[in-house]
Amino acid sequence: MLERINRAYTQIARARKTLGRTVNIMEVCGTHTVSIFRTGLKTAFPEGLKLLSGPGCPVCITDQGYIDAILAFADRADIIIATYGDMIRVPGRNGSLEQKTNRGNIKIILSAEDVLKLAKQNPTKKILFVAIGFETTAPATAVMANEALQQGIKNIFIFSNHKLVVPAMEALLSGKNHRIDAFLCPGHVSVIIGSDAYKPIVKRFKKPCIVAGFEPMQIIEAISEICREIADGKPQVGSVYHAAVTPAGNRTAQKIIDESFDIAPGCWRGLGRIDKSTLKLKEKFAGLDAEKQLGIEFIPEEDLTGCCCGEVICGLMDPPDCGLFATSCTPDTPVGPCMVSSEGACAAWFKYTRKKRQS
Amino acid sequence: MTAGDKILLAHGGGGRLTDEIVRNIILPAFDNETLGKLTDSAEIQFGKDSICFTTDSYVVKPLFFNGGDIGKLAVCGTINDLAVSGAKPLYLSLALIIEEGLEVDTLKKILYSAATAAKQENVQIVCGDTKVVEAGCADKLFINTSGIGVKWPKANLGFKRIAAGDKIIITGRIGDHGMTIMSQREGMKFETDIKSDCASVAQICEKVIEALGNDIKFMRDPTRGGIAATLNEIANQANCGIEIYEENIPVNPTVKAAAEMLGFDILNVANEGKAVIVISPQKVEKCLDICRSCKIGKEAAIIGQVVADGEPLVELVTTIKGRRIVQMPYGRELPRIC
Amino acid sequence: MCLAVPARIIELKGDEAIADCIGNRIEAKTTLVPDVKVGDIVLIHAGFAITVLDENEAKKTWQLLADLDNFSRTDKRVSG
Repeated sequence: MLERINRAYTQIARARKTLGRTVNIMEVCGTHTVSIFRTGLKTAFPEGLKLLSGPGCPVCITDQGYIDAILAFADRADIIIATYGDMIRVPGRNGSLEQKTNRGNIKIILSAEDVLKLAKQNPTKKILFVAIGFETTAPATAVMANEALQQGIKNIFIFSNHKLVVPAMEALLSGKNHRIDAFLCPGHVSVIIGSDAYKPIVKRFKKPCIVAGFEPMQIIEAISEICREIADGKPQVGSVYHAAVTPAGNRTAQKIIDESFDIAPGCWRGLGRIDKSTLKLKEKFAGLDAEKQLGIEFIPEEDLTGCCCGEVICGLMDPPDCGLFATSCTPDTPVGPCMVSSEGACAAWFKYTRKKRQS
Repeated sequence: MTAGDKILLAHGGGGRLTDEIVRNIILPAFDNETLGKLTDSAEIQFGKDSICFTTDSYVVKPLFFNGGDIGKLAVCGTINDLAVSGAKPLYLSLALIIEEGLEVDTLKKILYSAATAAKQENVQIVCGDTKVVEAGCADKLFINTSGIGVKWPKANLGFKRIAAGDKIIITGRIGDHGMTIMSQREGMKFETDIKSDCASVAQICEKVIEALGNDIKFMRDPTRGGIAATLNEIANQANCGIEIYEENIPVNPTVKAAAEMLGFDILNVANEGKAVIVISPQKVEKCLDICRSCKIGKEAAIIGQVVADGEPLVELVTTIKGRRIVQMPYGRELPRIC
Repeated sequence: MCLAVPARIIELKGDEAIADCIGNRIEAKTTLVPDVKVGDIVLIHAGFAITVLDENEAKKTWQLLADLDNFSRTDKRVSG
């Protein structure tokens, strides 16, 4: 075990020497961000390595307009909002779902299957499903939508905001100001899409892309490999998460996604509009599509003034550099999603490293 | 909090928001020194005797869970508040708010359970009240218990007694109660054999105070908000730093796995039969032995110490020797998928 | 961005399974892993099994975790 850590340190030093500066690795995935903080890895890395938080937090990159569109339905007696717990505290312009739960029409679900159950138990209500998440979560929505169709369930309305990871990574590297030398790729998205999905990034941008699981040794191994590739000048796609990730990924899940969703442009907080980055339900599910059936108005919105979630997500800023951090923006009074999301970079910084107590 | 704000579930969660409502709304309303100490029980002098007085309300759902029920909880919880304050629990009141339509058999079972728990600790329930509200106005049954006890002669507990170098003991595995309750809520997708740790810690408290007196500096029973809330409260009110060691914190692996499944931090998960004990370093091993000699203290462990750091923060040394802050929890753990 | 836990399939009926995660019995759909069998270890995310884990590789990870436990016990700063 010590051997692995020493190896990582050696490679980090080599990479730093090759670049002549700090090595910047972007953790695409919010769960990596949190794992790195929670296990104390953040404090264990040497000088010369910087970990940048990336856009792999489905809540953090959710456009303000999406949240506000959902909140507009929270007061309707004929609607039940079915949401994963992650979205409950995200602030819109006029509060969050948490502040509306006293009406009893907001249900926290653990699985897309719970949406089917809710629909059957409440036949006179419309179930509005807040379908967020990346490629890991999209197949569940698709399976549920197919089941709803087969069973003739008509009171489910899916508001899909499922996002795709690779287009976001490409958009980041196409921006002028990025400082990214390599990607620590998300473990569970890669279970679905396969590690080969990152090949276009390596080919086009020459940045190493290594998939890791979430245990600290996995992260250390991946960082070691990334730094070795930087030092050797041989960027590659790879994975240290051998137990779960294959180059091809989960073909069944990919097929279900292809058959159920169209790829559309989408709005990402901080990254703006990215082509071919969002999944929208295919026409065959029109009857289950919230945007088509409920008259949802989803207007992309400007970020709240002073909120730097966008720059944080792009790795251009650390949360403490934002003027609102720990002053008007705290986990209890969040301004942007990066502070409220359990995986958000700002929440992680605040929770695990802040020294000053809030008064 | 400002006018127009609404009360959230998290305000009752024992974390940051509870702290906010107590300090900003409740304390200012009553403005007295005893209340302001924010101890588990109020200590009141009657001539040369010290009486401790406490109250707690129980709204747990479901009413019956693996390892206990609301009746047992209502008695043990209040006994524990007295015991960790250094007082021998003697008398309880028991007030019931019953939702119209509750089965009489259910009520009987719960009262029997409360009576059994009280008898085991030689505590008498000496007064009470019964109210019934319309269907829909209470969630089946709410119980309030208030308790009084007399301080053990050797008890000398207080935030001011805590000093750098003091060690911290937890009397057993954490998170059992909160994860048990979660697993039995409707809509949860898992079954498990884990049990609530609902129990009285009075015996442990009495024994350690009797044997070690002044060396026991402070005790608290970590309930909602878990040991994260309790340690942060101690750090804040004693104005000290606390350092704890992840590898030393006892957790049932099944409970830990259940917490991970839902995305909960086990440090924030409720307990109902544990005490956190702050003790002089020279007596910590003896204290540990005493805890482990008690039925519910067999898994007791030394988890950390008070540090001479200056900043009133709780820091965790992780299994890979990294460090991170343990914040006062928000007050509500939300199941998540991300 | 995705919480997923490993669990062993103990019951399977159609595409509905019960999986054991260190003593917790979880319901999971196996639609995404149609070839799964009882006894397989799967990763479960949001109520769905998303892959069957390679048990040998998983054991290596668990061995590393055990090594981690041993590593952390070599430097006890607090007795007990």
